[in-house]
Amino acid sequence: MPKHQSSIKRSRTVGLVWRWVLAAFLILFSIFPVLWIISAAINPVNDLASQQLIPANANLDNFRQLVSNPIFPFFTWLKNSLIISTLSTLLTLSLTTLAAFAFSRFRFKGRQSLLKAILLVQSFPNLLAIVALFTISKQIGDVIPWLGLNTHAGLILVYSGGAMGMNIWLMKGYMDTIPRDIDESAHVDGATDWQVFSKLILPLLRPILVVISILSFIGTYGEFIIARTLLTQREMQTVMVGLQIFTAGQYTKNWGVFAAGALIAALPIMIIYLILQDQIVGGLTQGSVKG
Amino acid sequence: MDANTTPTTGEYAKKTIKGAGNLLTFLIILIVDIALGFFAFKLFSFGYTPLGICFVIIILMISVAFLVPKAYMFKWMAVGLSAWLLFSIFPIIYTIYNAFTNYGDGHLISQAQAIDQIQAQTYLPETGKAYEWVAYRSDTNEYLLWLRDSEGGTKLVTQVDVEGDAEIPIVTGENGIGELDEEGAPVTIEGYTRLNRILASTDKNLTNIKFGDPENTIQVRSPSEAAELLPLYAYDPETNTFTNELDGTVYFDEKGTYTARNGQRLIPGYTAVVGMDNFVQFINSPGLRGPLVTIVVWNFIFAAGSLFLTFSVGLLISIIYGDPKFKGKKILRSLLLIPYTIPSLITILIWRGMFNPDLGIINRMLETAFNISPRWFTQPWLARMALLVVNTWLGYPYWMLVTSGALQSIPSDIYEAAEIDGASGFQKFWGITLPLLLVSVGPLMISSFIFNFNNFNLIYAFINGGPPIPTATTQAGYTDIIISYVYNLAFASGRGVQYGYASAISLVLFLLIAVMSLLQFRFTNMWEEVGENA
Repeated sequence: MPKHQSSIKRSRTVGLVWRWVLAAFLILFSIFPVLWIISAAINPVNDLASQQLIPANANLDNFRQLVSNPIFPFFTWLKNSLIISTLSTLLTLSLTTLAAFAFSRFRFKGRQSLLKAILLVQSFPNLLAIVALFTISKQIGDVIPWLGLNTHAGLILVYSGGAMGMNIWLMKGYMDTIPRDIDESAHVDGATDWQVFSKLILPLLRPILVVISILSFIGTYGEFIIARTLLTQREMQTVMVGLQIFTAGQYTKNWGVFAAGALIAALPIMIIYLILQDQIVGGLTQGSVKG
Repeated sequence: MDANTTPTTGEYAKKTIKGAGNLLTFLIILIVDIALGFFAFKLFSFGYTPLGICFVIIILMISVAFLVPKAYMFKWMAVGLSAWLLFSIFPIIYTIYNAFTNYGDGHLISQAQAIDQIQAQTYLPETGKAYEWVAYRSDTNEYLLWLRDSEGGTKLVTQVDVEGDAEIPIVTGENGIGELDEEGAPVTIEGYTRLNRILASTDKNLTNIKFGDPENTIQVRSPSEAAELLPLYAYDPETNTFTNELDGTVYFDEKGTYTARNGQRLIPGYTAVVGMDNFVQFINSPGLRGPLVTIVVWNFIFAAGSLFLTFSVGLLISIIYGDPKFKGKKILRSLLLIPYTIPSLITILIWRGMFNPDLGIINRMLETAFNISPRWFTQPWLARMALLVVNTWLGYPYWMLVTSGALQSIPSDIYEAAEIDGASGFQKFWGITLPLLLVSVGPLMISSFIFNFNNFNLIYAFINGGPPIPTATTQAGYTDIIISYVYNLAFASGRGVQYGYASAISLVLFLLIAVMSLLQFRFTNMWEEVGENA
């Protein structure tokens, strides 16, 4: 008997050891690119070829270059990105919440067809319609210049209009789980639809509002191809467009500056993830994949 | 199933329409409609008819939603649906329309514009009305031309491409004009040299310069004659044909290109509906079809391979480390989640630097360890492998999160029953865990497959579809997927943009995606959800 027990103990130890070895390998795989980019960012050599994982004479020169580089207006781009993502998130949020309330609470002719159409249209990748989006933006801009090509307002409209589908569904799905008895009884007491929505339903929507705003913010922040097509001027562009354009040039020679920029650009999203991890996981499993 | 079953909501909504707010609503909507109407009118006047119609629909929708009591529920959606109509529906309709046109290089303008441009092409007739001429040249190589027609009328004309008046009055003492000779031509013009016959015949520029009024320009034809240029092509609006005035060739309108019987074409063409041509081209042309087969096959391999790898790694992690007795689970999860927390474009670009065949860290390590240096960006299968590695890195945390949640929801008594029956660990996995897991995460697998099927960002930012396929007639590479191929067709400079053809492939791609999506909706019973609690 004792012999048997010790063999169980040994196999458990062996199990733990290989688990930790595997874990170490996985951790290395997952954080290596991050470590490497941090190392590049603080390495004054600024060249891809001569980069070491542990840099000699580490300093913040690359970050200083980001501030002063005139052809690489990094912080203007970062500001643009934050403004565009915040505003299109707010716009998407208000438009989808109102529409989803109608779909969830009212019954009307064409409701089902409209819902199905919204879902199906959503599966058409925005990118394929990019020629059309460009044309629409140009034509609107010919009449109202501040809404057209190369304006943040125009891009925000395109983002919000394109993201309606999935968000309406997410929001409506969540609203359907709120019992309708709540609003029926409020109606009996003489409340209007707007009062039911703003006083009763809206406060209950907090979790899904958080999920949709995070996903929408991350999505628009990371988008670069529509932004690159619609924003033609350098100082109007977003940080993702800027980084992508930067690597299309002689990036191996400016690797350190790129790394510093990449780190700063990644920061807002990393912070959001760390703080709101659990809500994001909840949102992901409801059907949207990170884009 | 519809409005009749829930009368209460309707009644209360009607109540809100009535009363003092009524007039105010009406006024606000009136102002909004007038503003939008003016906007639509401007669009029409610019010739943007489709977009103008779109705005007319929006105006109607908003008016009905806010002014017709029965349509109260549309108040909630009017603005959202307008944005949806403008930036989701309209682009799709536009793309569908483009798929049936030849929109692209050489066909970017309207028919009227194309006819104007062709009519502007001129030739120098060998006979007909002629002028005697004398040329003057300035130090900066600007020319003036003095002309005398057969009736004896004279004029002094400037170059067409130089700013200012087309004709200068011939008056001695004005504009630097000196004495006139016996024929009426100025002997001297200040700032200009009068060219004698010998100088003029050796001047290489002179015969190429157009003079006078842009409407009927004059060019030097021979040492003794200058003549008015004539339009080369005569347009006949009744038959919609062009005739070449020199050789009489007739050009017929063939789907947006004026083409002669012998196949010769006039440039430019115009945007025209070409019917199924783009789709036929798609099936018939070996140069186009060749890369497309490669691309479609790789597209499926890439999507399936990415799904398999990310799912396997994610599942492996959650099985091995899901054990509640395992210590350090929380910190492990946070560390393994890191790839997910960085915007994907940034990590793709970082990986691109790491995979750089000459300078990147991966090849430097491989060289030190095994003395090999794989050409990641030029060998097709190595490039594809690199893409799958990067995508696994990007995607496994998602599946780690999803599967660890799903595993917890599998009731533990099933495992206990299996253990009593003497099932091994592997049998438990294949017989219980995997089937149950696939049922619960199946829909997410489909949407993940669709996502990777269209994973433009990765392909484009990491390698831009390369290495190029040498036999392709359009820009295409071994790692291109359909969506990146379409993007390059529509936008790649160099070989010219082909919006029409790109839109046609977009439609085919959309059909593929729609089928997959419908499959997913089936799985998730989203369709059934529509009718829920009705």
